[in-house]
Amino acid sequence: MLEWLKQPWPWYVAGPLIGLTVPILLLLGNKSFGISSSLRHVCAACLPTKIPFFQYNWKKEIWNLFFVAGVLTGGFIAAQLLANPEPIKIHAGLAAELSSIGINDTTSLVPSDLFNWPALLTLKGIVMMIGGGFLVGFGTRYAGGCTSGHAIMGLSNLQWPSLVATCCFMAGGFIMANIILPFILKL
Amino acid sequence: MSIPTNTDFEVRSENAMCVNQSELDKPLVSNIKYIFAGIIFGIFLVKSEVISWFRIQEMFKLKSFHMYGVIGSAVVVGIISVFLIKKLKAKSLEGETIKIEPKKFNKGQIYGGLIFGLGWAITGACPGPLFAQIGTGATVIIITLLSAIAGTWVYGKFREKLPH
Repeated sequence: MLEWLKQPWPWYVAGPLIGLTVPILLLLGNKSFGISSSLRHVCAACLPTKIPFFQYNWKKEIWNLFFVAGVLTGGFIAAQLLANPEPIKIHAGLAAELSSIGINDTTSLVPSDLFNWPALLTLKGIVMMIGGGFLVGFGTRYAGGCTSGHAIMGLSNLQWPSLVATCCFMAGGFIMANIILPFILKL
Repeated sequence: MSIPTNTDFEVRSENAMCVNQSELDKPLVSNIKYIFAGIIFGIFLVKSEVISWFRIQEMFKLKSFHMYGVIGSAVVVGIISVFLIKKLKAKSLEGETIKIEPKKFNKGQIYGGLIFGLGWAITGACPGPLFAQIGTGATVIIITLLSAIAGTWVYGKFREKLPH
């Protein structure tokens, strides 16, 4: 049983389980699934300013901060107790492409060749970790939600604005991964 | 002179997907159950490998069905769940009838969506996976998370000037 759990879970197991987060949160306490709002609550709670966008009763939304604390803990538990001992299986063509630019380590989910502390002192590292993070935080709030809030929760509730947002997430990702990122990776 | 037209609810609902629909005033400890929900979700994120930068690259380069399968089947389960909850007029464990705020369209979903997509393909993570990645021991992602919080703040700061 434990051996099976340690393997990567196929999409038809993991996907439906992730989808169940929607009814779980609704049934636990009438909460709509979403994660990027937690970043806004951190701003509202920790960076007191006179910006109207951050002047609201964040304490009412504190469940969301408990939830993301749980996600972090869940990541820890999965890595400690359920870690897959094998390297991540990657599409052969992609692996060769990445190998040609020096990305060989596929033992962790986050490639250690790209995301590490010393890399923060390089242009590539700054663009990827600081620049990338900024785009995620700015973009999700501008869009009013992220993959969880729009793509999963919004689509589950058949909201067409969420479908627009999800299509734009994908379009942005295709542009970056295929057109821009190859140049960033060569920095 | 500016007239404060935004009530608290409007501010929250306009741009927060996770609006807390509950009108109950619950004590802080009642939130502990959401830690457990988060833990389970975090484990799913890791074991499905959707928090992996490699899987995100495969998705955007159309080299694997995995991510599409995960998101697609999650949405199917979500649609069925929400349908049943509405149909049965289900109540939450706290006794409230469950309601879900509809989303209003604004152009932010296009511009912001594209910007987020660019960031998603660079970091290999949306906001949820950022937390899970840190949990798995990729401590440097704390910097990415702080940068995402900074991005959120900058959006809030310049919100009035951006097209919506």
